[in-house]
Amino acid sequence: MPSRISRLSSSRFYFPCILFIIALLLPVWLPPFLLHVAIMIALFAYLGIAWNILCGYTGKLGWGHAAFFGIGAYASTALYMTYRVSPWIGMLLGAVFAAAYGAVCGIFCFRFGLGGHYLVIATIALAEVMRVIFINWDGMGGAWGLLMPVVPDSWYELQFHTTRIPYYYIALAMLLVILYIEIKIVNSKLGYYFVGIRDDEGMAESLGIDTFKYKVIAMVISAALTAFGGTFYAQYVLYISPETVMPVGLSTDILMGVVVGGMGRIAGPIIGAAIIQPIHELTRAYIIAYIGRGGLDYVVAGTIMVLVALLRPRGVIEWIEKVYNKVIGFLPSFATEETT
Amino acid sequence: MSILDVKNVTKRFGGLIALNNVNLHVGKGEILGLIGPNGAGKTTLFNCITGFYRPESGDVIFDGQNITKLTPHDIAMKGVARTFQVVKAFHSMTVLDSVTTGALCRTRNVDEAKRQALKTLEFSGLLKKKDIPARSLTIVDRKRLGLASALATEPKLLLLDEVVAGLNPVEVEEVTKLLRRIRDSGVTLFVVEHVMRLIMSIADRIIVLHHGEKIAEGKPVEVAENKKVIEAYLGERYVA
Repeated sequence: MPSRISRLSSSRFYFPCILFIIALLLPVWLPPFLLHVAIMIALFAYLGIAWNILCGYTGKLGWGHAAFFGIGAYASTALYMTYRVSPWIGMLLGAVFAAAYGAVCGIFCFRFGLGGHYLVIATIALAEVMRVIFINWDGMGGAWGLLMPVVPDSWYELQFHTTRIPYYYIALAMLLVILYIEIKIVNSKLGYYFVGIRDDEGMAESLGIDTFKYKVIAMVISAALTAFGGTFYAQYVLYISPETVMPVGLSTDILMGVVVGGMGRIAGPIIGAAIIQPIHELTRAYIIAYIGRGGLDYVVAGTIMVLVALLRPRGVIEWIEKVYNKVIGFLPSFATEETT
Repeated sequence: MSILDVKNVTKRFGGLIALNNVNLHVGKGEILGLIGPNGAGKTTLFNCITGFYRPESGDVIFDGQNITKLTPHDIAMKGVARTFQVVKAFHSMTVLDSVTTGALCRTRNVDEAKRQALKTLEFSGLLKKKDIPARSLTIVDRKRLGLASALATEPKLLLLDEVVAGLNPVEVEEVTKLLRRIRDSGVTLFVVEHVMRLIMSIADRIIVLHHGEKIAEGKPVEVAENKKVIEAYLGERYVA
């Protein structure tokens, strides 16, 4: 077996390594607006990976991840505003709350064996329930939402105003951590069981897999990880309301990137976010500002999603992979790779 | 000494009685055959034993424990594995990964499960195809993969639902040998099969189901000569 180091030096990893170095250096020469786009790519790649664990690997399509996102955002913001708890701690509590709500949703849906379209409808409904609760919850700012008090730049309070660069590095770090978690999960017993459940639940049961339990576990992991993204967003925008952190549109944004990139693939959400988010942000900033009407970004992103579904139903990653494998064939490899 | 007892099991689907008061036992270490015309209730019986269906009445006792009301995965954990007549497979996984998934029910460690899976693949003659995705396998190999995955869970009792249907005579011979090897390794086999050549040559005992009722039981030769069985398969006028 090749060691870890030598596996990393195989030509397959050249491109990700180069990409990572570019990502590290990006803020040096990006203007503020493009830096914002880069942050959005990192955030939505992060959220996409969290979504992918439930939907790509376990094959249970959830359309309500905005609820987990919103719970994460509200938990840390409310804790900060009432008790001045650092968002870093609020983040963890948000994840716990989101995990709890994920468990409730999971038990509720999977106890009755929901899957496919019915699960989509149920998860939308459960997320909408959360949104309506927060609209009517005056202690949480109701429909007005919560406006964070602005404080000087601080890592402890996770606010930066002079430059957005720290936000970028935090988002990038979160993306790396979730990538690591994802790869760990995929190569563990959990990962095998998740894919088994996606491929055939009857077969999975016959091999001793408690499909109900593992589906709920997938939902809980996915929910908790999504909540971290919610806290980050709240700290980034410093204003949250049910309409900005819990709408169905947000759930759609999260899953759109993964569907375009490639479901059930490690790099899928990153590729998808890198395609969808720039389109979103650029159409929003230039075209919509010019014509003065909203919603065009969804028209463009939706069109891309339809095209991908028609031409590359397994996601753009399939096409990229093909080209990539051809390219790395020409590159020298320093690894002593065995084909096992 | 019996490893599995099915006691007065009745299963209805609406007005249709799929299994009517079925009683049978499987002895430890034997190969028990289960035959019967289409729609006799063979697969339904398997589903009742493995927890996929819950019988309306009656009990299934495995290794002294009542497993009637357990879920399929609990029953699998207790040591009852099965294959499916309508072949199921983990389509996106490779052969090795599919079998590893089965082996993971006895361990947490993926590497250990992989080693176990490789052993099982070698045992069942699929080792050469270990890196092929299950979706690219032929039906025959998919059946064998189902068998290998089931074996990887280290069962005490293995229920096989038509593993050789559609195979050519040479392949039937191979599977026959494999089943004998499985039995010799200490696994009890309960086999549903339409291919009489196979069932007659390997079963120690055969049970015949017809319209959800057990109509005969005994050694292969006895069953083949049983009037009720001939009647069920060929019709009354063929009864000599």
